[in-house]
Amino acid sequence: MTTKLFGEPVRRREDARLVAGNGRYLDDLGAGALAVAFVRSPHAHARITGIDVDDAIDVEGLVAIYTWEDLPEGVREPLPLLIPHPALTHGRTAYCLAKDVVRHVGEPIVMVVATDRYIAEDVCERIEVSYEFLKPVVGLENAVEGPNLVHDDVPGNIGAHLVQEVAHRDGRATRDVIAAAPHTLEFRLDIERSACMPMEGKGVYARWDADDRSLRVYSSTQTSTSVRMAIAAKLGLPLPKVEVIAPDVGGGFGVKIVHPWPEEILVPWAARLLDREVKWTEDRREHFVSSAHERAQVQHVRVGFDDEGRVLGLDVEILHDHGAYTPYGIIVPIITSTQLLGPYKIGSYRVEFFSVYTNTVQVTPYRGAGRPQGVFCMERTMDKIAQYLGKDRTDVRAVNFIQPDEFPYDQQMIFQDGRPLIYDSGDYPESLRKLKELIGWDDFPRLQEEAAQQGRKLGIGVGCYVEGTGVGPYEGGHVQVTSDGRVHVSTGLTSQGQGHETVFAQIAATELGVPIEKVSVVTGDTRRFGYAVGTFASRAAVMSGNAIALACRKVKEKALQIAADALEADPADLEITDGMVHVVGAPSASIPLATVAVLSNPLRYAFDEEAKRATQFATGGSMEKPPVAEGQEPGLEGKDYYSPVRSTFASGMHAAIVETDPDTAEIKILRYAVVHDCGKMINPMLVEGQIHGGVAQGVGGALYEKMAYDEYGQLLNASFMDFLMPYVTEIPKIETDHLETPSPLNPLGIKGAGEAGVIPVSAVVAGAVEDAEKIVIDRMPISPSDLYALRDSSRTSGAVSLLRNTQ
Amino acid sequence: MKPPSFVYHAPATVAEAVEALTAAGADGKVLAGGQSLIPLMNMRLAAPGRLVDINHVAGLGEITAEAGGVRVGALARHAEVEASETAFAAQPLVRRALRLVAHPAVRNRGTTVGSIVHADPAAEMPAVLALLGGSVRVRGADGERDIPAAEFFTGPMESSLRTGELALSVFFPAAEGGTAIVEVARRHGDYAMAGVAALVAPGHARVACLSVGPVPVVVDVTEAGGDWARAARLVQEQIEPEADIHATADYRRHLTGVLAARALKEAADA
Repeated sequence: MTTKLFGEPVRRREDARLVAGNGRYLDDLGAGALAVAFVRSPHAHARITGIDVDDAIDVEGLVAIYTWEDLPEGVREPLPLLIPHPALTHGRTAYCLAKDVVRHVGEPIVMVVATDRYIAEDVCERIEVSYEFLKPVVGLENAVEGPNLVHDDVPGNIGAHLVQEVAHRDGRATRDVIAAAPHTLEFRLDIERSACMPMEGKGVYARWDADDRSLRVYSSTQTSTSVRMAIAAKLGLPLPKVEVIAPDVGGGFGVKIVHPWPEEILVPWAARLLDREVKWTEDRREHFVSSAHERAQVQHVRVGFDDEGRVLGLDVEILHDHGAYTPYGIIVPIITSTQLLGPYKIGSYRVEFFSVYTNTVQVTPYRGAGRPQGVFCMERTMDKIAQYLGKDRTDVRAVNFIQPDEFPYDQQMIFQDGRPLIYDSGDYPESLRKLKELIGWDDFPRLQEEAAQQGRKLGIGVGCYVEGTGVGPYEGGHVQVTSDGRVHVSTGLTSQGQGHETVFAQIAATELGVPIEKVSVVTGDTRRFGYAVGTFASRAAVMSGNAIALACRKVKEKALQIAADALEADPADLEITDGMVHVVGAPSASIPLATVAVLSNPLRYAFDEEAKRATQFATGGSMEKPPVAEGQEPGLEGKDYYSPVRSTFASGMHAAIVETDPDTAEIKILRYAVVHDCGKMINPMLVEGQIHGGVAQGVGGALYEKMAYDEYGQLLNASFMDFLMPYVTEIPKIETDHLETPSPLNPLGIKGAGEAGVIPVSAVVAGAVEDAEKIVIDRMPISPSDLYALRDSSRTSGAVSLLRNTQ
Repeated sequence: MKPPSFVYHAPATVAEAVEALTAAGADGKVLAGGQSLIPLMNMRLAAPGRLVDINHVAGLGEITAEAGGVRVGALARHAEVEASETAFAAQPLVRRALRLVAHPAVRNRGTTVGSIVHADPAAEMPAVLALLGGSVRVRGADGERDIPAAEFFTGPMESSLRTGELALSVFFPAAEGGTAIVEVARRHGDYAMAGVAALVAPGHARVACLSVGPVPVVVDVTEAGGDWARAARLVQEQIEPEADIHATADYRRHLTGVLAARALKEAADA
């Protein structure tokens, strides 16, 4: 068994447990706990005028009913605004339970605790909340045009307004550059709402130990350390008395990085107050109406370019719908604004966004986190330039690419981590070359023509993106080798199914030279590791992966020193293979790493045969030195942190061939090709898995998913029957190719891969449908009914048909 | 998503089931496959006070060839009917239509009779029954009767089944001629945005459309005389599609026309 596992397609070690139903998700825990259900607002905007519980209090099995009035100091304040920003001048967050006014359907008003969830829901049904109706604000343009307000004290419903401009290198402002450009285009783009929709919703289970005055909380979260700090702060508990554990988590995709959710405060609070175990498991309807959505933007674009298609100036105005509250700040529109630039050198760039309140579910990052919108904007722009100039769409992209010798490339903007937007490495021309080869780009016109002769409509689309991954501030890793030779790895960030148990073990096995079977990995458990940020922004492999590697290197250094003493060798002459420390080239001069672990911990007491070797009469060490050398610690363990100077930038390019039915307007993806570059791959099979999942979500966003709000702010499709998450039957076979341009920023040379797959799909599919139909596609997602309507209007008006511009 | 409490009956015979249903009156509901009822109860959109679970009643799962067709019992699962050679031999359209009903997991539990009694105008099996002119056999306190499909479907999720009556079986006629069913759904297995089942026999042609009216819409297109484009226009005149979040009424009308022509051609060629 080789121990060089980094880069190998190792099968996921967690799957045997998860696939066989032996995972422990939130609702698998706490079988005897009291159950929580909430009365949630059925109205998008209303003032609460009364809450009548008379009809509810006699229900057998009811334990407690709480409203905002019942909440103590700390719990009754608005939830935190997690990421403040100077441009977010009117940030607003919700209360754990609504105080006076509800601002979206689904906002929690009353918390019910009962002996089981059935009874809790019975009680909810009997509680009568009376309302004075307020006018709902739904839709971006309605929000901006007014006069109705989501928050009385937020004029124009504008929470944030930010302008960023990178002037031309000759000093001219973007708008002047565009005005003077040889060619200009101006258009509007629309993207609808979607949402993360993890298979497992949120959930919280809390146990109060009255004797120990301590609290243990399980939460289906992407950040257990930060939830822990929030709970301790809100409930006024000493931090060491609070433990938070993320058990197996059935997907997150961003929604579970938001915290603390009201339930993450209320459930532990009730558990302590009642001195009973309390659990809340979110159901699907709750998830639809009371967690978070993303994506919705309207973009107004002006672009100026030269005869070759080089973008001289790009001016983008974005209306971003952030829903009723802004707990996660304005990260999403900031990412849209900055990552919009993709792999391109844009002559000058001005981006302005208004982040706007509506009476809908709040908007926080969902896999891709603003990038799909930015890429949609840039890639539609590239397609339009190509169309206008009569050029191949890939040629227009290529002429704008940053070249391989131009890294590090400074886009001269501030990224989502507050640090400069400087790309560390990449090779965009090579990616495009690989992609064109993979999809058969140059041969497609022939294919398209042949199909046309059979009455079939085929189209091809392409989309490129750059993704800032591995944002800071830091993650840590702890590695311990115990005297049985096992290697225990822990890191504070959480897992939601990505395969961390596998890739972190690959890193540790490679670094320490041990078989992977000896390595176990724990994530997201504050009992094991207290300092962490969380799993989001394609950062786990980059951040914790490097931290674990660094911690392993500390352990290895210590192990080699101890082994050198035992073998009377120079540590520089030693290496570890298959768990044996040996002299390079002389395998017989060796000592098991397990024995090194025994020797690392000088003992007085022998509790087993192995331990005897470390006891005081057995070691034979120097009588002149203390058993634990100065500056050393007992035990073979190490901890280290990785904190990058800035993000590392992965990239990729996708292409798709679609077929549209001339009669039914059905849209089918015939082929989907991905070329992806996330630096050094720890496990190519898991990278491919991430890409497949991402593309699947991207196909959802491109062809199926939207949040259908009516004018009253009612979400009409709050179930999987009507919110069309694609099934496997809707996902094409995904063909992939890789490029590995290592990141110079971290020891392992890796970049993030988690979000990549989803990012360009809407842009790619829009381009392909446009190519098949010769009708402008400026709004996504697109359904057969939408395409039928577009065909109809292009036939009657001709206005939106693609016509080669001959200017 | 937990239902309110209800009284659960598990009768062992049809007589006991009918007795329980009669006693329950309007408050009673039959549980067979539960693929529609249970979600409705969990979402508290339906709250029957008494649930009569017929899964333990003997003799309701039969699929039997009868003169001129096939009879499908109330406990025959979609998957069993789909696989049944008896049903296929009598009326191949039944199998073809069932393959469009949801997904294997749903078809393993859901029953064909249950789907018909649920009377969702977007569902395939009510349209098939309507197209073929089949019937539903029911039993109540006053005895058994057969309700012709044309009289069975009375509105969206509404049928002429009376309070206290239990549907025992449906009868799919063998029907002379070729048949076909085509539909367009947003995702595989979803309720279709539009769909058409067609029957073409010498001197006669008709279709049943789903998702474009309060009940399956049966249109006789014999007068088109094999001009399926003309037949499609006839069908479009007879339907009353409505818009929803998945499709406009215009698109549904257009789509039904396209699918009617396709289904009729396929049935004529069959």
